[in-house]
Amino acid sequence: MNAMTINVEWIEIGTLDDIPQRGARCVTTRDGRIAVFRTHDDRVFALDNLCPHRGGPLSEGIVHGASVTCPLHNWVLSLETGQALGADEGSVRTIAVIMDGCRISLALSPPSPMAAE
Amino acid sequence: MPEKVTEKLVIIGNGMAPGRMLEHLLEAAPEHYRVTIFNAEPRVNYDRIMLSPVLSGEKSFEEIVIHGDGWYIANGITLYKGHRIVAIDREAGTVTSDQGTVESYDKLVIATGSVPFVIPVPGKNLPGVITYRDLDDVNAMLLAAQSRQKAVVIGGGLLGLEAAAGLKERGMDVTVLHVMPTLMERQLDPAAGYLLQKAVEARGINIMTKANTKEIFGTAKVEGVELADGTIIPASLVVMAVGIRPNAGLAKDAGLVVNRGIVTDAGMQTSDPNIFAIGECAEVGGNVYGLVAPLYEMARVTAARLAGDSQPCFVHSDTPTKLKVTGIDLYSLGDFADGDDREEIILRDATAGIYKRLVLKDNRIIGTVLFGETGDGPWFNDLKKKETDIAAMRDTLIFGQAFQGGGAADPLSAVAALADDAEICGCNGVCKGKITGAIQSKGLTSLDDVRTHTKASASCGTCTGLVEKLMQLALGESYNPAAIQPMCSCTTLGHDEVRRLIKAKGIKTIPAVMQELEWKTSCGCAKCRPALNYYLVADWPDQYADDYQSRFVNERVHANIQKDGTYSVVPRMWGGMTSSKELRAIADVVDKFAIPAVKVTGGQRIDMLGVKKEDLPAVWSDLGKAGFVSGHAYAKGLRTVKTCVGTDWCRFGTQDSTGLGIRIEKFMWGSWTPAKVKMGVSGCPRNCAEATCKDVGVICVDSGYEIHFAGAAGLDIKGTEILGSVRTEDEALEVIVALVQMYREQGRYLERIYKWAKRIGIDEIKRQVISDLTRRGDYFDRFVFSQRFAQVDPWSERVSGKDKHEFRPMAVAALEPAE
Repeated sequence: MNAMTINVEWIEIGTLDDIPQRGARCVTTRDGRIAVFRTHDDRVFALDNLCPHRGGPLSEGIVHGASVTCPLHNWVLSLETGQALGADEGSVRTIAVIMDGCRISLALSPPSPMAAE
Repeated sequence: MPEKVTEKLVIIGNGMAPGRMLEHLLEAAPEHYRVTIFNAEPRVNYDRIMLSPVLSGEKSFEEIVIHGDGWYIANGITLYKGHRIVAIDREAGTVTSDQGTVESYDKLVIATGSVPFVIPVPGKNLPGVITYRDLDDVNAMLLAAQSRQKAVVIGGGLLGLEAAAGLKERGMDVTVLHVMPTLMERQLDPAAGYLLQKAVEARGINIMTKANTKEIFGTAKVEGVELADGTIIPASLVVMAVGIRPNAGLAKDAGLVVNRGIVTDAGMQTSDPNIFAIGECAEVGGNVYGLVAPLYEMARVTAARLAGDSQPCFVHSDTPTKLKVTGIDLYSLGDFADGDDREEIILRDATAGIYKRLVLKDNRIIGTVLFGETGDGPWFNDLKKKETDIAAMRDTLIFGQAFQGGGAADPLSAVAALADDAEICGCNGVCKGKITGAIQSKGLTSLDDVRTHTKASASCGTCTGLVEKLMQLALGESYNPAAIQPMCSCTTLGHDEVRRLIKAKGIKTIPAVMQELEWKTSCGCAKCRPALNYYLVADWPDQYADDYQSRFVNERVHANIQKDGTYSVVPRMWGGMTSSKELRAIADVVDKFAIPAVKVTGGQRIDMLGVKKEDLPAVWSDLGKAGFVSGHAYAKGLRTVKTCVGTDWCRFGTQDSTGLGIRIEKFMWGSWTPAKVKMGVSGCPRNCAEATCKDVGVICVDSGYEIHFAGAAGLDIKGTEILGSVRTEDEALEVIVALVQMYREQGRYLERIYKWAKRIGIDEIKRQVISDLTRRGDYFDRFVFSQRFAQVDPWSERVSGKDKHEFRPMAVAALEPAE
């Protein structure tokens, strides 16, 4: 995300193996929780863990293709753009991800990386 | 029409011909006869030509039933199932069944069909050697196919090839033995027979032509086949499909004139004026018939005669042959032998696997063989029937209708160009005008409607595409051929097809389903994945590894997600009974984890609301120490069994309703179902447990247990239906378990029992779990087997560390810990 490139720090949060395929894990940050998704073809995306509809935890949704279905009311959000798909309108913040081999880093606002878990 | 009298009509045999005859008769003279049918098969009338799709798994038996039990009742027809008539006494005008029933008749219709021809070789009676004729044969083949071993099919005709394709689909290693040099030599010329052989072999079926069976060998059961040239082919199943002969023995014994079949005049009357013969057992005009169209013609004629109209006569016509093996297109019609007075036009396209041959005599088509592309079959048939002089279009005739002057280029306009009297459905003799007329005048909008009103495409179904095109022409955009609601946008298949294909093809993983059934998305969606996961769990309980990522969050974390992302936790309280120790443990957990809300549920247990996700394993651990297991309040599975206090305390109680409720719950907990299942057991008809609005309910009475099902008290409100009454608790449990297993096997994901029952029919469900004791037992056994893998308490599993990652953040990237 271009908007995020000012004043960010890349923070390593773990490895690909920490996230189940077609699943998600959460990262706790100062600004709330971030959901980190791993698709069936091992691409990794990060979104705020907050559905734009009623604030449902997106990390608990079913991951399919490059989208996730919110567990509360079945909104479908694009992992790539954060936009709601289908008839619904809304979007959620996306967080840039860098993969170094299997290691995953997120672009977070500074400072303070902390240990995993 | 004669004046209204009631005569007794007895029909021997309940196949497709007498079924159709009765439809005509009820229309023409509804009150004229009191009808009694004797069916040697223990079932209703079904579409015998669709047995091959049942064998291959593309259809279920329920789908090929023509007249269900209700039809006979509604029309006042007495149907004796499983009664074989052993004697006709023409003097007394009676028939006698093998079970001793004697029935008198004024008019008798013999429709005993045909018997499969069994080649007289040693070993023909060994267990494992069967013929291919009725549903029992199909069931025997399905059973044998479970072994996934080798099968030999003797006979490379229509039936033999369909049997071979079906057995191959079911996972057997199949060899077809055919005594002639090419397959289906009676319907195909050698060139088409060769192409057919290639196409069948491409499906992994071995074909041996000029194969003369010498012996079927084996000690206790069949072990293989030996050919005349000494070749040995091992096999655990041998299917004989070498032909049929009319079943005329009964008629012969009764002294009727019998030649190859029972001889009739053009009005289908036998040598006894009160006796008619129709179907495969009849010989009319010196011919016997095995395809459905002429049999239906016999039915029409006989019905008219019985109704008092002496005009209609049976007229011979050629019927096209089609092979019902998905993916092999073949059409043959008429006479195609070579001859000096004949000419032929042939088109071959080797790369596309197409072969077309027209046989002409005096510029008229007398025979057609089409392989690989059969769309023009009905058009050629029409030209043949009308004896059209084809001289003017001779050069382009073989290219089909689309190439003729004024003709059309696309299939839709080709159908539009057909004349009104062009035959669309060969089986039922329905022409284009009748179909379009019915669509307009009756306002038909679905394929099923058209089938019901016109019979077009209602038998073998190969003309379904043509009928759909006619509907498209008549209804325009408003007609949607995919009348079946697809599961989701990832597929064009509906839930039922998917379930059937999973079983038929033996598919055991979600990726394999998506590959085999040509899913349109890479890994499904939130609608189809949980459904597929359920279907696989239900169908392969011992083999399928549950796909965690295809479960809705509630089933993944064994608790119910709430609007704020916290969870609610409900432990099981068997039959709604609890104790001070349990209540104390709950109180302690509530205090320890500062759970904000505690509520008594409608299912007689206690709900703790507002539990944080990361606390779940510790909450479960504490509850587990007090003896609690998960209540599955989150599951598409067995939820609660609500009870009243019954004979333990209540002055009105008739049985131990609490005990039965607990027994049911302990037996069935952990089972997955298409949608949630809530039960209730009331100790008397006052019904304090409100059992009559549950998915399954029991009302105890003095004489035993009344079992109810298909109630609803949610989005819809609906009282239950009565499934049946039983005397003992054991029986009650068996019936309930069988019912739930039937639902587990047939229900669509998220379809509650009351919706499923409406779709399947209450009578059918009663038939399967109340009347048919064998089937009930089978359902029960399958449920018990599945429970061996399902009755695992998910809470204790998680407490002991399974999938721990679920309850922890992956990383904490903050100055201060957020939670």
